[in-house]
Amino acid sequence: MSIRVDSETCTGCGKCRDVCPGSLLYEAPSGKTMSRFPRDCWGCTACVKECAFGAIKYFLGADLGGRGTTLHTRQDDEYIHWVFIKPSGGEEAITVRKKEANRY
Amino acid sequence: MQLKLETLDTDILIIGGGTAGCFAAVTIAENSECTVIIAEKANIKRSGCLAAGVNALNAYIVEGQTPESYLEYVINDSEGLVREDLVYGLARNLNRVAHKLEGLGLIIQKDENGKYVSRGNRNIKINGENIKPLLAKAVEEKAHVRVLNRVNVIDYIVSNRKVIGAYGFSLDDDIFYVIRARAVICTTGGAAGLYRPNNPGFSRHKMWYCPFNTGAGYAMGIRAGAEMTTFEMRFIALRCKDTIAPTGTIAQGVWAPQVNSRGEEYDRKYGPPKTHIRIYSTVEENKRGSGPCFLKTAGINREDEAELFKAYLNMAPAQALKWMENGRGPAEENVEIEGTEPYIVGGHTASGYWVDTGRATTLAGLYAAGDVAGGSPQKYVTGCLAEGEIAALSALEYIKEQSFEELEELETMQKLEKVNRRLHGNPGIFTAEDMEEAMQKVMDEYAGGISSGYAVNSSRLALAEKYIDELLAGSADLRAADLHGLMHIYEVTDRLYVCKSLIKHLQARKETRWHSFQENIDYPGKDDDNWLKYVNSRFEDGEIKIVFRDLVKRDEVYEHKS
Repeated sequence: MSIRVDSETCTGCGKCRDVCPGSLLYEAPSGKTMSRFPRDCWGCTACVKECAFGAIKYFLGADLGGRGTTLHTRQDDEYIHWVFIKPSGGEEAITVRKKEANRY
Repeated sequence: MQLKLETLDTDILIIGGGTAGCFAAVTIAENSECTVIIAEKANIKRSGCLAAGVNALNAYIVEGQTPESYLEYVINDSEGLVREDLVYGLARNLNRVAHKLEGLGLIIQKDENGKYVSRGNRNIKINGENIKPLLAKAVEEKAHVRVLNRVNVIDYIVSNRKVIGAYGFSLDDDIFYVIRARAVICTTGGAAGLYRPNNPGFSRHKMWYCPFNTGAGYAMGIRAGAEMTTFEMRFIALRCKDTIAPTGTIAQGVWAPQVNSRGEEYDRKYGPPKTHIRIYSTVEENKRGSGPCFLKTAGINREDEAELFKAYLNMAPAQALKWMENGRGPAEENVEIEGTEPYIVGGHTASGYWVDTGRATTLAGLYAAGDVAGGSPQKYVTGCLAEGEIAALSALEYIKEQSFEELEELETMQKLEKVNRRLHGNPGIFTAEDMEEAMQKVMDEYAGGISSGYAVNSSRLALAEKYIDELLAGSADLRAADLHGLMHIYEVTDRLYVCKSLIKHLQARKETRWHSFQENIDYPGKDDDNWLKYVNSRFEDGEIKIVFRDLVKRDEVYEHKS
């Protein structure tokens, strides 16, 4: 499992680079963000949640049963929308209210 | 590349800005005008084991329970081998720090009467996705606290068995920090990545504990001669297969039992429902050919399934993604479970610094809290907060009598030169990554990893000891091309020190006190007559020396004797 930065969408703001607990994200020569160590990602999604542009896509490695679906977030003050994009292009979202505790 | 020296002074240095470290800083700021530096190897907003968030507060005294009943639970779960003074000290503060966390903005579920909603006997329900950003914000609002993000601390500065600061380097600039302090609080967390992980390939870091918690605090303490306790009580988590996501959410959320491949509920066959038995029972079922094992979720309703998706997105999104990839969620398919590789983590077991009741280590001026501090299992988040607070107050008391010590210039320059040498010269045959893989293979095969069913015997441990010593000697030749590579060298070296100590502890306990966590084939039974005592160690003259300590009871105030 790891993340991929979509260089088309990435604005190079650097917020994701600040929060990676493994300091794995660096500025590429283009000014955009790149993951220098994809195999060292813990999968915490700190960077995914930090990206206001949806440029960071989280995926499961093939060794974990990953088949190409990606996960990113869209957020506002009240909600986190977790967006799954299937390899077919189909999209599904699960919305979590930030001020609501987990039922479990 | 050449690192340049920068010297900083602070009243109290906190190494590691996780749960315990952030709370220690807040406590100091609220109780004094002292200056604080938090040196954090990543960024306190999302560093350490709570980066992804946390699903519940698992240490809380719910209605009908008491601090005394919490202590009884911990004693029982840990087979009697805990520091009762430490656990009881935390238990009495769990609820207060939880309320404080709520004051910082954490969402805790309440019922119509405004009471927290419990999940079992010791847990309350929260939305903990943003727990680290909340703690970081509380720290950043304090005027006298300076946060050094992306600074990797590598060793204490020690003068006559007294810790007077620490050395570290920046991951961004060519700076070697010499931080002088009147007291130091170590809150670096535990150690992951010692053993070959569940997913050794592309997803090697998809593990339970934070893979960036590399045991730095333990290793620095070992090298400085601090006494450590109970490393042999490793922690192995029972997790969802592949994603290594928590199982408690499902087990306690929808009350899903553990079943084997024949659908039989098996865990009670192996003893009372203790943490180590949950792992051991699963290991044994697999050994007997009854695996794979599952949490029996098939048949839960769609509403419950939807809630599970949300709960996992708040702390372990990989599991939600796995269900999505699978096309079948937990309502349709049982969730396969497995044990993780072993970790050393004092928030769950009793491994770590040997501390007095006030969390002072055996080195003057050095305090420990959170996963790095020993003797006190089942701390979880609230216990780490409470312990950070206790350590902070003790450090404040200590510095009343302390002034800054003069640094030995020669020693500082030698340390800097040693670090700079890592950035020059022949890179050698092996990389830090090669050494890490070799270490994990040795530990897996000879020191009770996954492939050996977590069990050890004296012959295997002797080999582990030999090979880890060889790797430790070889690590001196590692070279790095940049600052990130330099961090990797220190990480693998620290892990090797922790392994060296862990092996000695496993050799020393000649019984099996905790199944799987410390499973000694040569001594398969629990022996209360001889082994109801702590196994402690100190690194002296290049060797780990074992010492035994008597149990400390609930109302004792334990002090180190010189």
